[in-house]
Amino acid sequence: MGKLKTITRRTLLIGSAAVAGGFAVGYWQYKRPYDNPLLADLDEGESALTPYVRIDQQGITIITPRAEMGQGVHTTLAALVAEELGVELDDVTVEHGPASKAYFNEAILEEAVPFAQTDLGRMAEGARAFTKVPAKFLGLQVTGGSSSMPDGFAKMRKAGAAARSMLLAAASERLGVGVEALSVDNGAVVAADGSRIAYVDLAAAAASQRAPNDPDLKPHSEWRLLGRSLPRVDVVGKSTGTAEFGVDIRLPGMLYATVKMNPRLGGPMFSFDADAARAMPGVKDIIALDGGVAVVATNSWYAFKAADAIVFDWGDAPYPSTSAAMLEAIGASFTDEYQDSRHRDDGDVDDALVEADVIEGEYRVPFLAHATLEPMNATALLKDGRLDVWAGTQVPTQVIKEAVAITGLDEDAIRVHTPYMGGGFGRRAEMDIVKQAISVAVAMEGTPVKTTWTREEDMTHDQYRPAAIARFRGAVADGRPVALDLQLATVSVIASQMGRLGIPAAGPDVSIVQSAWDQPYGIENYRVTGYRTPAMIPVTSWRAVGASQNGFFHEGVIDELAIAAGADPLEMRLSLMTHEPSRRVLQAVAEMSDWGGPLPANHGKGVAFVYSFGVSVAQVIEVANTSAGIRLIDVWVAADVGIALDPRNIEGQLQGGIIFGLTAAIKGEITVADGQVEQKNFNTYDGLRLRQVPGISVNVLENGSKIRGIGEPGLPPAAPALANAIYAATGQRIRELPLEKHINFV
Amino acid sequence: MKLNVNGIEHDVDVAPEMPLLWVLRDALDITGPKFGCGIAMCGACTVHVNGQPVRACVFPVSAVTGEVTTIEGLGTPDAMHAVQQAWVEEQVAQCGYCQSGQIMSAAALLASNPQPSDDDIDQAMSGNLCRCGTYPRIRAAVRAAADKLAEG
Repeated sequence: MGKLKTITRRTLLIGSAAVAGGFAVGYWQYKRPYDNPLLADLDEGESALTPYVRIDQQGITIITPRAEMGQGVHTTLAALVAEELGVELDDVTVEHGPASKAYFNEAILEEAVPFAQTDLGRMAEGARAFTKVPAKFLGLQVTGGSSSMPDGFAKMRKAGAAARSMLLAAASERLGVGVEALSVDNGAVVAADGSRIAYVDLAAAAASQRAPNDPDLKPHSEWRLLGRSLPRVDVVGKSTGTAEFGVDIRLPGMLYATVKMNPRLGGPMFSFDADAARAMPGVKDIIALDGGVAVVATNSWYAFKAADAIVFDWGDAPYPSTSAAMLEAIGASFTDEYQDSRHRDDGDVDDALVEADVIEGEYRVPFLAHATLEPMNATALLKDGRLDVWAGTQVPTQVIKEAVAITGLDEDAIRVHTPYMGGGFGRRAEMDIVKQAISVAVAMEGTPVKTTWTREEDMTHDQYRPAAIARFRGAVADGRPVALDLQLATVSVIASQMGRLGIPAAGPDVSIVQSAWDQPYGIENYRVTGYRTPAMIPVTSWRAVGASQNGFFHEGVIDELAIAAGADPLEMRLSLMTHEPSRRVLQAVAEMSDWGGPLPANHGKGVAFVYSFGVSVAQVIEVANTSAGIRLIDVWVAADVGIALDPRNIEGQLQGGIIFGLTAAIKGEITVADGQVEQKNFNTYDGLRLRQVPGISVNVLENGSKIRGIGEPGLPPAAPALANAIYAATGQRIRELPLEKHINFV
Repeated sequence: MKLNVNGIEHDVDVAPEMPLLWVLRDALDITGPKFGCGIAMCGACTVHVNGQPVRACVFPVSAVTGEVTTIEGLGTPDAMHAVQQAWVEEQVAQCGYCQSGQIMSAAALLASNPQPSDDDIDQAMSGNLCRCGTYPRIRAAVRAAADKLAEG
C-alpha cells in the first residue's frame, strides 16, 4: 500500500511536470495553502474558520481582501462568501483585513499570456492555468487588471462553503445528529425540529473542525444574493461622511506631514534651506528624504505652508526634459531594434498592400495622470518594535516588503491597515507615498504621523499613463478591409512598474499591444506590431492600461477603413466579427441606439467596439455639432461579463469607465517642460463636469464563457466612439487626443 | 477663537488665515469634508456656513461668522437627510470621496430652490468634480431628493 502511494505520487508529479514545466518540483509547495493570517490576531472568543470568515460573540465578519476604490468589490466579494455561508449582507461586517500572501491574486497574470482572451483552446487555457503557479509564489495581494471577480468567484464562495461545512459539523456533534438532518438559514444552523443554533454560538467548536478542501457550491439556480443588485456595503458611510478613507485616519497624538520632492521625477536634491520653514507656526520637524524633504507639523496646512517656504537646489531629470522630446523618442522607435512583439500576423500584409490604394495615418495620445480625488497619503507609527501602516493601497503585501527594507523589522512586526480609497485607477499600486510615510515614522519614532500630499505634489509626482503613437496602413475592397498593418509604440508600463516593485519582468510587454492585436475581427491580411520605446519618465498602469490608448487607435482605424470602403461602420464591424458574444454586444448597441435611424441636422453617431480584459464592449455616442462646439447628446453601451453578479453595480462601473474615458478623450493631457510636469491642479487638468455628461444607457449581457471584471472595460471604446461620432457629424477626422486641441466642446 | 460646527461650540487655537477645512479636519477631527485640490476647483470640501455652500479649503477660518454645517451635521447613518437618503437609494457612491461635497451642494441647492430645473441642477452641481463618473446617478438622486422633500 505504501509503495502504491509512492508510485501514485510520483506519477502525479510527472503528470503535473508536463503541465507545470519547471515548477513541478514545488508542486506540493504550490498546493499547500498559505497560513490563515487571521489566526495571528485573534482575541479571546474569536474564531477564524477560513482566511475570509471571522466569528466572535459580536457577530460575523467577512474579509474582502481587495482594494475598495469605488468599484464595489467589497460588496460583491462579501456576497460571494455570504451566499454560501448562509447569511445576509446586512447582518455581517465586511472589512478588508490584514496584508497577507494568503490573499494572493491568482488571476493577475492571466492577461500577460500571449493568447487572446477569446482563445479558449488547450494551449491558451494551459498557459493561463500555469500563470496561477508563479502568481502563488509571488504571493501578491493585488487589486488590478479587472481581476477581482475572475480571481474571487470560486475562491470566495468556497471560503463561505467551507465555513458553513465546519459550522454544520460542529452543530452535528453538539446535537448528536447527522449533518444531513441539518440546514442553514440566515446565520444559524437549523435542526429538523426547527430549533436554531446561531453561528456565533458554534464558532468556537467549528474552529476545531477540519476545513474541507473542495466544498460543494450551490448551483446558480439556488443563488439568493448573487445575480441581484445589492445595496453596497459602503453606501451609507459614503453618503454620511462616516466612511473612513486613508486621509481620515485619526490617532491619539498624531502629527501631520507633507513632502516636497524634486519636481523632476527621480532627480536628486543637492541641498535645501529650511531656516524660514522651521520657524513657521506648527512646524515640528523637517526630515531629509531621498530626493526631497518631509515637513512634520501639528496640522497638514501648516506643513503645506512650511514646505512651500523651503528653498531647494534640485538636480536634473533622468529623462528628456520635454514631453515633445519624449513623443519624438516614441516616434523614433518604429524600428526592428525596438520591436517588442508581433502576436498577430495573419496573411501577408506587405504583399496585400503592394498593389492596393493604401490608406495610412498616424494616431497619438498624450501622457495622463491618475488624479485620484483623494491625494496620495499614508499614516505610520513605529513604536516598541512594531510598525503599523495605514495606507489606501492596491498591493498591501508590497507595503510589508517595503517596510522590512526601510525599518529592518521582521514581517511579523508589521501590520498593514487598508482603508477605503478615494479613487485608485492604478495609482495606488505604487509605493512612493508608503515609503515616504514609513521613513517619516522612523524619524518620528513613537509618534503617529499622517503624510498627505498636496494636489500639486500629487499631479506632478504621478507615474503616468504613457504617451503613445500608432501608425497604420490599410486597404479595402468590396466594402471591407482586406489588409491592415498596425504599429504601436510606447514605453513599457510593465517594465517600469515591476522595476519599482522589484519583480523581474521578462519578454514582450503585452500591454503595448493590448486590445489591438487580440480583437476578434477577421481580416485576411492583418498584422499588429508592438515597439518598445526605452524608459523615460516613470509610467504605470492607468485604468484599462494599454487598452486605454489602443482602443482609440484600433477603432479609429477600423472606422477610417469602413468610411474608405463605403460601408456602414457598425454593419462592417458585424461582418468582420469572429466571436459570438462580441457580435451580440454590437447587435445590442445597434438596437439600443436605433443605429441607422433618422438623426436631427448636424447630429452624428459613432460606434466603437473594444474587447479588453475578456469583456466585449460596444458603444454608440451621439453628438451635435453646434455653433458653440460639440455637444454630447447620448451614450449607449452593451457589455458582456459572462456572469453578472450585481447588475446595478456593473451599470455604475460602465458609466464611470465611460466618463473616465471621455474625460481623457476630451481634456486629458500631461505635458512636461524643463523636466517638470506643467499641470498642477484641476484648473489645468480638469475632469468632465455634470453639465457636460449625457445620459448613458447600459445593457449587460451574459453570453461569454467566463466571469469577468468590469472596472476597466467600459473605458476603451469611449474615445473612439466619440471621435467617430465627431467625424460623422462634422467630417473632421481627429487622430490625436485630447480632442479639445482640435475642436471645441460645449 | 470660537467656532460653531454642527451645533457644537468649539474653541480653536489656529492661525486666523488657516482654511476652515483644515480646522475641521486636523484640529477638530471632523473628516467628512474632504481635501481634494486646495484651490476651490473640485468641491470635495463643501460645507455650509449659515446655510450657504462654501469651499472650506479656501475659506479662512477667521472669515466664518455664524454656524458651520458639515456632512456629519446634515444627517447621520441612523437619521439621514432626504438628500442622503436619495444618495443611498440611487446607489450613487463609487469611491465616495467627492460625495460629501456633492451632497452638501445638492442640499444647499434644494434648500434655496426646492424644484430645480435640469439647468439649475447642472449649474449648482458642476462645481463638484467626480473622478469615478457618478454624474448620471447624482442627477437622478438630486431629482429624487427634490421629490422626496416636496412630498414632505
